[in-house]
Amino acid sequence: MSNKLNDSMSLAKPEANNLSSKQKIAVVIGIIGLFIMGLAIFNTNFPNKTLFLSLSIGAIVVGTILFANDAYLTKLEGIKNDGVWFKSISSRGMLGWVTGVFLTGFYIVLYFYPQYLGQSANGEPNTGLISLFDPLSNILSGNPASQWFVYGTLYTVAILVFGYKFMLKYRHNRYEQLRTASVMFFQLGFAFLIPEFMSRLNTSPDYNLPYYDLKSMWPLNYYLFDSWSINGLLSSGSLGLLMLLFGIVSIFVVSPILTYKYGKRWYCSWVCGCGGLAETAGDSFRQLSSKKLSAWKLERWLIHTVLVFSVLMTTAVIYTYLGSDPNKFWLTRGAFVLSVGILLTVVFAVIMIFKRKELGKDARYGAIGYFVVIAALFIMHYTGASDKIFFIKASSLRSAYGLYIGSIFSGVIGTGFYPILGNRVWCRFGCPMAAVLGFQQRMFSKFRITTNGGQCISCGNCSTYCEMGIDVRAYAQKGENIVRSSCVGCGVCSAVCPRGVLKLENDTMEGRINSNEILLGNDVDLMDLINKK
Amino acid sequence: MKHIVIIGNGISGVTAARHIRKLSDHKITIISGETDYFFSRTALMYVYMGHMKFEHTQPYENWFWEKNNINLKQGFVKTVDTNSKTLHFNDGDTLNYDSLIIATGSKPNKFGWPGQDLKGVMGMYHKQDLENLELHAPNNKVCKHAVIVGGGLIGIELAEMLNSRNIPVTFLVREPSFWDGVLPDGESNMINRHIKNHHIDLRLSTNLKEIISDEHGRVKSVIIEETGEEIACDVVGLTAGVAPNIDFLKGSPIELGRGVKVNRLLETNIEDVYAIGDCAEQHEAIGQRRPIEAVWYTGRMMGETVAQTICGNKTPYKPGHWFNSAKFLDIEYQTYGWVFSTQNKPDYEQHFHWKHDDDTKCITVAFNKDTNVFLGINTFGIRMRHEHFDKWLTENRDVDYVMKHLAEANFDPEFYKRYEEDILATYTNQLKLA
Ligand SMILES: Cc1cc2nc3c(=O)[nH]c(=O)nc-3n(C[C@H](O)[C@H](O)[C@H](O)COP(=O)(O)OP(=O)(O)OC[C@H]3O[C@@H](n4cnc5c(N)ncnc54)[C@H](O)[C@@H]3O)c2cc1C
Ligand code: SF4
Ligand code: SF4
Repeated sequence: MSNKLNDSMSLAKPEANNLSSKQKIAVVIGIIGLFIMGLAIFNTNFPNKTLFLSLSIGAIVVGTILFANDAYLTKLEGIKNDGVWFKSISSRGMLGWVTGVFLTGFYIVLYFYPQYLGQSANGEPNTGLISLFDPLSNILSGNPASQWFVYGTLYTVAILVFGYKFMLKYRHNRYEQLRTASVMFFQLGFAFLIPEFMSRLNTSPDYNLPYYDLKSMWPLNYYLFDSWSINGLLSSGSLGLLMLLFGIVSIFVVSPILTYKYGKRWYCSWVCGCGGLAETAGDSFRQLSSKKLSAWKLERWLIHTVLVFSVLMTTAVIYTYLGSDPNKFWLTRGAFVLSVGILLTVVFAVIMIFKRKELGKDARYGAIGYFVVIAALFIMHYTGASDKIFFIKASSLRSAYGLYIGSIFSGVIGTGFYPILGNRVWCRFGCPMAAVLGFQQRMFSKFRITTNGGQCISCGNCSTYCEMGIDVRAYAQKGENIVRSSCVGCGVCSAVCPRGVLKLENDTMEGRINSNEILLGNDVDLMDLINKK
Repeated sequence: MKHIVIIGNGISGVTAARHIRKLSDHKITIISGETDYFFSRTALMYVYMGHMKFEHTQPYENWFWEKNNINLKQGFVKTVDTNSKTLHFNDGDTLNYDSLIIATGSKPNKFGWPGQDLKGVMGMYHKQDLENLELHAPNNKVCKHAVIVGGGLIGIELAEMLNSRNIPVTFLVREPSFWDGVLPDGESNMINRHIKNHHIDLRLSTNLKEIISDEHGRVKSVIIEETGEEIACDVVGLTAGVAPNIDFLKGSPIELGRGVKVNRLLETNIEDVYAIGDCAEQHEAIGQRRPIEAVWYTGRMMGETVAQTICGNKTPYKPGHWFNSAKFLDIEYQTYGWVFSTQNKPDYEQHFHWKHDDDTKCITVAFNKDTNVFLGINTFGIRMRHEHFDKWLTENRDVDYVMKHLAEANFDPEFYKRYEEDILATYTNQLKLA
């Protein structure tokens, strides 16, 4: 992450001499901040870590703020996309590729070789970059830093400073500003500070809280139901129990209600940390998402496969957990599998009864998916006398998921490839949470993007800047509302539309999906004639 | 199965083709001398400004045409022989048709200024114009100064384009205020100020006298008619309106005026030959519309209509209530119904004008001062709903009703500040005074 800060400043512009002198100073300041971290990686032993860490982060923050101020506050309010496709960083040029490779490398080191960042083993003191962060970690949680603490700090700093930049860029647009303030708040408070304070509680023997980002819901935090997590929560008194309950209520009550009222955007672009990073640090890359029909097809296959995988994996993990001590829980393995099966069946039945028509051809895939899961559950129960499922240990299933989906997909590809595939690769192709919310958004939600009669001029700004790769224009030029499961409600399509065609709205479910052959503005008779057919 | 040939792959020709395909299995061929695939002309500016790549201006992926069995032919039609129903191309090729749709769009006006064909002098209409601009004005080192002649919608777009690359622009506008033949004075004045805020050198009531060449046949400067001032420049943009692109039809028996003359069924005087879009000219204007309507959506609507007629369901072209939109640098503009400029408005038309203090938002509501019937609205910096105004116009609502219900028509993004209360208060105040 650290280098993201760098990107849209110094390296960002091949035409560096186009930078104003203020911007050049800002870039130098930012680079000094990164340079300190670079020195730390190569084991420079700083005499006063607190001072140098503050200097480093401070320089990065100040550099980015100065840069953003000069880039946006010197111009009138409005859309600021000039030159996006000329800049090497934002148009898959040299800098884009270099940054992509660098970020990917960073993620690989972070996930698989943390020792190179100075992560110590066996309780020895940290070295390198990680030790630079020890003072901050000590203040917050009372423990030395870890690679995850370093990552979390940089991640949060990135969301905050690039959030600031984004808010300046859209200073004429209150929707963009409010939702950015919201993701900044949730990242800083819920993802960063609260978990640190929680681990401070753990110094008391009464608590054994796992790392828990309260805003992160299953299936995004697939580890919530891991045994260490559940054990931790259950052994931490009423606070732990409350948190576990909160996690479960969020999934089954809070999320369905909010998604019904506002669409999945309440989560994906107002709360979520992955979305938060994508919308702030990743904003310069949103135009890189593929709008091809083939990409849409791939998206639907991938994301639903991940969902099925995560449901099975979680069920298996809980299933094994329940089996570990039959007397400890009121819930038995059999009852658990049965209730999962019933829940899925109810969802499936409701959809098939009420929404069959809207699904169209997809109904077949839905049905296949459903039966695969049910069959898997069935087999699981009857072959899994021990802790093996399909003769694979639940824990291996869990670690495979953690490795391939949790680390490689969401981190290495999801963020590392920002400059190549766009900023929402993970959200679009891999996130199981997005799949669940998206499914509800498509089926049971008041949210839609309304198009404004016949005003569309098919210019394509909306499609170009849709980070989810939705071909918004294809709907707008037909006067059709946009009701797509992948839409995260970022509102940028509406912002960049030069003709005021698009509006994100919550309204009644009735007539939400309207397909027109021809649009308003035509002769009424002809509209009636053609649209009736 | 007929062979339907369409000259022009713009919005009108392509819409006609799509709808004919939906209604029939006629053989369809679209001809263009400009590009292989349909693109959105309205988005040309965004390509130069780096908001989009050219491919993003293409509304359909390249496989679309073959999948829908629509043939594309690249070539420039030189003459049309309506007796033998044959098209003759520049390169000597020919093509026969059963029905012909002329959808050749417009070309930039040139009014015979001395020097108008020099290198570096260009219109802004075709993709080739964009390439030309890229050649002559890639940055502010090659193009140190540009002059734009003609203050219409394309002129201001060109000014914005050049501005995005930090090329200083002088913008010559013949009228005393920007686009004041169309916009009421309050709005036109606001846009004048907005243009100047963008550091564009706007010269009102100023005409071009001539364009001066350097020794290589490139533009060197322009001379102003009124003052004789010479302005050094590397590029001159001619954006004084457009005219139907129909020179290739001269000499054919197809009846021409300024455009290709058509009746309400979009038929020309020759059987099986139709004309749609920018190049079509109605024998008689429809309502208060102009006989030639060079806007995006009318081209689309004519395409939809002619497809019906060609597929056996004779349908007259009957556009609904007038609407349109544009963007002046950072200020969006929408209009519904008719609001005429201060100088052109009929006697019965009265205006209510409201402007926000920040000088980027305003509205003008036109109504009939005798009957109080709502005639139309111009809105700047506030988005409004087409559907509502269309309905109110159809219902012949009076202006009080519209003003009271204005909030329902708001189309701004969520959480935007709302101005309806302030607008209504100003309106009621003015009524009391009147
Ligand atoms: C810069 C710009 C911005 C605009 N912005 C807006 C806007 O915001 N809103 C709006 O409503 N309208 C706008 N317009 C107007 C709008 O683009 C036109 O009204 C519309 O494109 C006309 O479509 P058409 O299909 O009639 O013709 P065109 O789009 O002009 O297509 C005609 C095609 O036919 C080809 N052709 C012509 N003659 C021949 C021949 N002899 N042989 C072969 N091919 C031939 C041409 O090369 C061209 O490709 C804008 C126009 C321009 C230039
Ligand atoms: S459709 Fe619009 S609001 Fe939805 S994700 Fe795309 S750009 Fe954002
Ligand atoms: S909806 Fe707006 S941005 Fe999208 S194509 Fe239409 S006019 Fe352009």
